[in-house]
Amino acid sequence: MKPTILILTGYGLNCEAESAHAWRLAGAEPRLAHLNDVIEDPTLLRDAQGLMLMGGFSYGDHLGSGLVFANRLRTKLREELQAFIERGRIVLGVCNGFQILTQLGMLPGLKGDYFAPTVALQQNECGSFQNFWVTLRFEEKSPCVFTRGLTSMELPIRHGEGRLFTADRAALNQLQRKHLVPCRYADPATGKATMKFPHNPNGSEKAIAGLCDETGRIFGLMPHPEAYLHPENHPQWDFQEVRGALPETGQGLALFSNAVEFLKNA
Amino acid sequence: MAIRIEIGLRVGVPDARGAGVVARAGAYLKVGLAGCEVRDVYLVDAELSEGEAQRVAVSFANPVTQVVARDRLEAPKDFSWLVEIGLKPGVTDNVGRTARTVIQDVLGRELGAYEEVYTAAQYFLWGEMDRAGVERLARELLANVLIQTVRVFSRDEWAVAGVNRAPPAMHDASVPVVRTFDLEVSDGELMRISREGILSLSLEEMHAIRDYYRRAEVRAERAAAGLPEAPTDLELECIAQTWSEHCKHKIFAARVRYTDESGATREIDGLFKTFIKAATVEVGKRIDWLVSVFSDNAGVVKFNERWNVLFKVETHNSPSALDPFGGAITGIVGVNRDALGTGVGGEMVCNVWGYCFGPPDFAGALPEGLMHPRRIRDGVHHGVIDGGNQSGIPWARGWERFDDRFLGKPLVFCGTVGKLPVLVGGGPSERKEVEPGDLIVQAGGRVGKDGIHGATFSSEELRQESPAQAVQIGDPITQRKMYEFLIEARDAGLFRALTDNGAGGLSSSVGEMCRLSGGAEVDLTDAPLKYEGLQPWEIFLSEAQERMTLAVPPERWEAFAALAKRRDVEVAKIGTFSNSGSLRVWHRGVLCGALGLDFLHDGCPRMEIPAVWERRKVAAPRALRAGDRTGWLVKVLGALNVSSKEGKSRSYDGEVKGLSVVKPFVGVRSDMPSDATVMRLEYGGREGVALAEGVNPFLSDLDTYAMAASVVDEGVRRIVSVGGRWDRIAGLDNFCWPDPVVSEKTPDGAYKMAQLVRANQALYDVCVAYGVPLISGKDSMKNDSVRGGRKISIPPTLLFSTIGKVDDVRQAVTMPFKQAGDAIYVLGLTRDELGASEYHRLRAQAMKRPERMGGAAPGLNVEVAKSLYHAMNEAQVRGLVRSSHTPTLGGLAVAFALAAMGGQLGARIELSNVPEEGAGLDALLFAECNSRFVVSCAPERAAELEAVFRGLPCARVGEVVSDPELHITLANRTVVKAGLERMRKSFRRSV
Repeated sequence: MKPTILILTGYGLNCEAESAHAWRLAGAEPRLAHLNDVIEDPTLLRDAQGLMLMGGFSYGDHLGSGLVFANRLRTKLREELQAFIERGRIVLGVCNGFQILTQLGMLPGLKGDYFAPTVALQQNECGSFQNFWVTLRFEEKSPCVFTRGLTSMELPIRHGEGRLFTADRAALNQLQRKHLVPCRYADPATGKATMKFPHNPNGSEKAIAGLCDETGRIFGLMPHPEAYLHPENHPQWDFQEVRGALPETGQGLALFSNAVEFLKNA
Repeated sequence: MAIRIEIGLRVGVPDARGAGVVARAGAYLKVGLAGCEVRDVYLVDAELSEGEAQRVAVSFANPVTQVVARDRLEAPKDFSWLVEIGLKPGVTDNVGRTARTVIQDVLGRELGAYEEVYTAAQYFLWGEMDRAGVERLARELLANVLIQTVRVFSRDEWAVAGVNRAPPAMHDASVPVVRTFDLEVSDGELMRISREGILSLSLEEMHAIRDYYRRAEVRAERAAAGLPEAPTDLELECIAQTWSEHCKHKIFAARVRYTDESGATREIDGLFKTFIKAATVEVGKRIDWLVSVFSDNAGVVKFNERWNVLFKVETHNSPSALDPFGGAITGIVGVNRDALGTGVGGEMVCNVWGYCFGPPDFAGALPEGLMHPRRIRDGVHHGVIDGGNQSGIPWARGWERFDDRFLGKPLVFCGTVGKLPVLVGGGPSERKEVEPGDLIVQAGGRVGKDGIHGATFSSEELRQESPAQAVQIGDPITQRKMYEFLIEARDAGLFRALTDNGAGGLSSSVGEMCRLSGGAEVDLTDAPLKYEGLQPWEIFLSEAQERMTLAVPPERWEAFAALAKRRDVEVAKIGTFSNSGSLRVWHRGVLCGALGLDFLHDGCPRMEIPAVWERRKVAAPRALRAGDRTGWLVKVLGALNVSSKEGKSRSYDGEVKGLSVVKPFVGVRSDMPSDATVMRLEYGGREGVALAEGVNPFLSDLDTYAMAASVVDEGVRRIVSVGGRWDRIAGLDNFCWPDPVVSEKTPDGAYKMAQLVRANQALYDVCVAYGVPLISGKDSMKNDSVRGGRKISIPPTLLFSTIGKVDDVRQAVTMPFKQAGDAIYVLGLTRDELGASEYHRLRAQAMKRPERMGGAAPGLNVEVAKSLYHAMNEAQVRGLVRSSHTPTLGGLAVAFALAAMGGQLGARIELSNVPEEGAGLDALLFAECNSRFVVSCAPERAAELEAVFRGLPCARVGEVVSDPELHITLANRTVVKAGLERMRKSFRRSV
């Protein structure tokens, strides 16, 4: 049985086509559903094994990226989401979806409280939206089911608010101690996490590019794995081809394949 | 009573917005701020209980980073000044609109129709400044006083100021009335009516309207319908906008008497008909992939068995001059609606943009009332960035040109590529049908006074008193919701036809659509309004954004409206299509106007415009002696028009949808502009769309024939360079011209008209020769500014956008050199054509004689070019071409430099091998001749490559080397020797 992944649409989220394609390639059954349809009929959520909050500009980032969409989820679907997590399902948030998950509190969801925000994704240090490719370094010890076995990957970022911030130093320490930072921005030359622009595109604390909860089943990140499914998406695919190093598929697929693998074994 | 909410950052949270203000104040205004803190203010004009107000306030803030207070948040310590900026009444408040939905979610109930949220921003400033300095900062950096209000407080003043809870609501208690205009008056009086009403109607047109109302049958019909004899305001406004240059293209439709330099004359029966349409008809006889041209909002061509693609490019110049952000965002989301309004509803694929500005570092005296070009540039980029990014549409092409003559009016080109399934609902997707009895339905945003007179206003030159209400501000999220809803409704077969509301609003969209059924009965009573007080003609003319007009069969209305409600999109019935031959408009039971469709669409008198061509002598800069040109190459690389535009471009999302193959920037460091971009249309598909353009306003100073021929060639050869099929290219023509109609204001009109004729002649000649159909186009003909007693006219500009097909995207070719040891070839002939080139313009400027930039303009041998393009495709398909780059601004020297920098590799070039005809050193390096490529090839396949190009101008000129240096010799003497980093530093100097 192919696991079903519910991808929420509407209000300015806009990566539906490539997100659905990613899950399909990974062997899952994506189901696109407008947020209002899910509010009206929560069985759409109950019947799914995974939930994806994709990238985009929900409500135009007005009042802060992700805030208004998260507010609507909290006011209309809080119990359903709590139950979904408790049933052992998986949740992926990419870019605006990650912002929504932090606004809800679902990430990092410390102490199992999924509705109390502890971190925020702030405006990029450079002050503007940026689109270019970055190098990610994955954390081997992370419980994250999406990043198992991965070491590094290049992906595009496209955001104006991706700088992870929290005034709560204890929370920040916990994130690191519990390996809830599955991926960091890295300097491609050294492979090490970096605070330097452009390798760290937004000035994110501890070079954090993504977070997971303690179960490892909820994962959010700023870069876009669903935008690297074709080998020719890579900005240097032309050079890779000359070197004979063009991969068969885009590397972003691995995150989705890992998740599907996890669900099949769950 | 409205409630006031203030939101600020917690202590210790970084304030990137505030830091940005400090940086820009220093860089742009030379104002040294010690600090800036930005806060948000919300005025909620709604009936809320105290408890509700509190819940709402908390829900507006992020608890991790923000603090929130009702009325007043404690002011930060020791600030010097506070600037509070709000919107003027009636200006679209997108954030306010979103905040309103938050309230509804939090309270679990709907707000009343006129319960609104208004936003403002507070800038707390630290630094030594007097009030005048703060006001200047506010005016020139923080606010656009045309649409925003500015209030300045010192710390002491703020401490004692009362809490301002007054929302900037539109209050207009006027009752709807229908006025009439007596046209049985003197000519002077007729022109006063036209001018004061911003109708932009000529005396001849006013006469035509007067005569229509004199007709016996018209008088009888009006009497029977209970209409006054004289035209109503709604009728006159509707005629004026339908007949505006913006909508009617009167100059392109006019009869032209063209006199050439020998004195011979030729009568031209309309430029559009004679050149543009004729070219496409001619080409159309030889190709089978045209689907829909000239008849719809965008041109449509076949892509494959499943998809057709459509493409449209528009300009939004006048609004962008007044409010760069608002004008530009409206430009991009407006052209998106053109794509959506094509056939039965197009889906978005990607956006393109291009701008012509005054130099951002302009330090001369600006005519009063004009914005600094840097500010216009920043605002325009910001608008198109927000519009595209928030709509989830990737950008594929972007370019900028700079010239002092764009100070008066910037040119803002925005385009959209879309796609249509070949079949929708069992029929061809390009169909456009309306049946009598279909409901007229408006979907999307609400109607306000925004944008009234946009069409007629843009048909005039920019004046001091140009109306602020001509500015609209787009809301990409409202439009995105509408777009998704309409595609869903399209696939469910819930409507029959649609078109967008752009210039002229409903008067234009309904006016056009009802031609398909033969008439319309419009009832504006239930049109959703932003606020009360709009007159019927204002509702009919408003250019309020994010609206589409649809034809919905009555039996599907219920399902259509139900889906709209689920998708949170407002829809309203505003009448019924008929076949009565008339467009009749009602409001609250009153007939406000009735116009015969024949008169409305065909009654406009045709203009007759003289055109007299003279070849103007333009001197060339004095020739330089042979010698080292390294310094000049580095200068050309850093010239405003050549240097990298990557900085701004990185803020546009180019990767959403994950289909890009050749991105706008390529190379080892992703920092070199690609010749053209390539993207897939289908996930996992092999076929791709290639996009490019040609634009060169500088050549217009020599001859617009050479200009137009060159931009067509550039648009075509860029597509060929990346691997696009030379025989599957379609073009779009966007003309931006200064007013070419001779008059008191425009004594040189006959010359400007002749320039237009010559550009059209070239367009026809080259497109027919190449087999490139013109599938869509637009013209903007009044790009002059008269301010501060100074007239500034733009140089005639033709943007030629191209869309091509790549059969297998994996064979796409990019411009950087790929590997040391590869052989470098130059294809195509180099001639002594340095006129108006980047090199000559720089040389002339260096001599303080900028007008002496002349010389021969680039010529074009279409037969050689065609053979070359055909051979290029063959070489690409056979995998012989490792890199390909077509020289444009800066010629071969810049082309070698960019290809080398792209690959982080050096090159050794011997110029005496370059195929040429009478070209000396400077021409070999810098001439901007057409139809050329610099390609590299693996050495073991060089013989194969040469065989493909046998009989054509093709020569091996050098080799790619690992040493990071460009070394060019002429007869073994060094003429350029420059390291990659030196060239890159110049090229990447940040504009």
